[in-house]
Amino acid sequence: MADRNADKAGRFVHEPVPVLLPGQTDASITRDISDLVLTPPGRGWWIGFLLSSLTVLMLLGAVSYLFMQGVGIWGINTTVVWGFDITNYVWWIGIGNAGTLISAMLYLTRQQWRTSINRFAEAMTIFAASIAGLFPILHLGRPYTFYWLFPYPNIMGVWPQFRSPLMWDMFAILTYIFVSILFWYTGMIPDFATLRDRAQSRFAQLIYGVLALGWRGSAVHWARYERAYLILAALAVPLVVSVHSVVGYDFSISVMPGWRSTIFSPYFVVGAMFSGFAMVITLTALLRAAFKLHAFITLHHFDAMAKILLTGSLIMGFSYGMEVFMAWYDGEAYDWQGIVNLMSGPYSTYYWFMLFCNVAVPQLCWSRRVRHSIATLLAISILVNIGMWLERYLIVVNTLGFGFLPSQRRLFFPTIWDFAILLGMLGFFIALFFLFARFVPMIPMHEVRRLAHRLEKGK
Amino acid sequence: MTAERYGLMAEFETPEQLLEAVRRVRAAGYRRIDAYAPFAVEGLAEALDFREPRLPFIILLCGALSGMAAFLFQYYIAAIEFPLNVGGRPHNSWPTFTLIAFEFTVLGAALAAFAGMLAFNRLPLPYHPIFNAGNFGQASQDRFFLCVEASDPLFETQATRQFLSDLHPLSIEDVAP
Repeated sequence: MADRNADKAGRFVHEPVPVLLPGQTDASITRDISDLVLTPPGRGWWIGFLLSSLTVLMLLGAVSYLFMQGVGIWGINTTVVWGFDITNYVWWIGIGNAGTLISAMLYLTRQQWRTSINRFAEAMTIFAASIAGLFPILHLGRPYTFYWLFPYPNIMGVWPQFRSPLMWDMFAILTYIFVSILFWYTGMIPDFATLRDRAQSRFAQLIYGVLALGWRGSAVHWARYERAYLILAALAVPLVVSVHSVVGYDFSISVMPGWRSTIFSPYFVVGAMFSGFAMVITLTALLRAAFKLHAFITLHHFDAMAKILLTGSLIMGFSYGMEVFMAWYDGEAYDWQGIVNLMSGPYSTYYWFMLFCNVAVPQLCWSRRVRHSIATLLAISILVNIGMWLERYLIVVNTLGFGFLPSQRRLFFPTIWDFAILLGMLGFFIALFFLFARFVPMIPMHEVRRLAHRLEKGK
Repeated sequence: MTAERYGLMAEFETPEQLLEAVRRVRAAGYRRIDAYAPFAVEGLAEALDFREPRLPFIILLCGALSGMAAFLFQYYIAAIEFPLNVGGRPHNSWPTFTLIAFEFTVLGAALAAFAGMLAFNRLPLPYHPIFNAGNFGQASQDRFFLCVEASDPLFETQATRQFLSDLHPLSIEDVAP
């Protein structure tokens, strides 16, 4: 394969891999990226979209049945009151956190390789965070009253309780989704202008024209645009940290042994970045292959992402270690018993498998050969995603199942409805991604043009 | 006759040529000019002597006001309108209000950044004469344009056209108003 970067003897050549394949002009960048949107999709797109839409139908069925019957159709019980719902919620919000963090943080640190992946990383964020936001509503006994969380003057004369992390959570997530959409849309305005100017059909011209807001690429506009985008990026980073910290508070402000810990917020934020990068690697590998984006996404991107994944894995490993250490060090019998139970109790298989996925497997990324093998990285990233799901599952189920009162200790057995919603939401995410790839340029054209000129100048 | 056109537009192939042209046009004394590019060309706004000190201050102000409003709202609800004793905590348990106040700071600032950028740019704009130029669709793809507007005091159709053609553009076009 041409992009394997290996010499004839099979050794890897230690030359820097370019961020963009050489020979990109403004015209070729524009054509290659906008044609993905402006030409009719192939059969693969239709099959993929159809299959994922079928999963969405299954989700709609499962959710309808849930609304009719109540949360009793799930495997939760009076001890393990949170099951797959909150596990999924934390997992999705973790993935949802990473896109904006990646995009904004790499923008602020001027990483050139950000340019090709930021658009779909942000799309991933918005879809995942929106999906995450559905779970707390689904897990309510009376989901139709979810709007009671909003502080509005009402006939009952009551107001929400601002001392509760659940309130913080709602505001944090809604703010996050909103700001992420603003950030995403701001990045897309010049690209919509390109689509408006290239579209052949009147309908597409009209839609993209409206979305482009009359953008005409004036130098003065660009200057204000860049300034506003930079400020949005700088605002997004602390916002991301706050969102997942609040998710951590949802747990750590309770009294459950194993939850009541100050490590939760930083641990959740790093976990979110870790699982999010894993998801970005998965998506990058799949999109690159499906849409032949080899000119814009090179091994440079995979190499850089693998290094961040490795860093995340080391911090996660440290956090898992600290969790055990603190349980031993604080001398609380229940805390220590929780750890013993985690390592040798009914869920211990998951625990060891989780450690294998999140801590052991990413160590392969120390090897340059692994970092340059997209298939291996894809496998690693999927394992990390599974590992991170199991981590949240253990935090929720194992802790709730083994509380202070031995007579109340129970296990959680998921039902078919738990799985239907888990898989259905995954399908929903994939369906949204198919729509995204069809209607929005996956790679920010204006940023790639600028990058190409910069690289040209640097030579 | 100047009222019959919006201006004269020269088309260039590279950002460097555009930058050079902008410098020369400004050196010749033209002020009502604008440059159009498919990406943010470094140094172009500076060459047009563009300064925008207001936007960051507006963003800061909106963020601060929004955050303060969120804090005061929580204080009003928790301490005055609907006081509730939760575990003996004071009604004004202000540390717990800081998080939502922070979220609203970011929200207000982000909205100001987005809306302020558009407002200063006078967008969204349904009609602009520059789109009358035949080839202007390329400005969002791979071409670089410089427009000298007819409202410029130095603008004279023949002289300006001659001046622009000395910059060796790909083409020069009349832009209808």
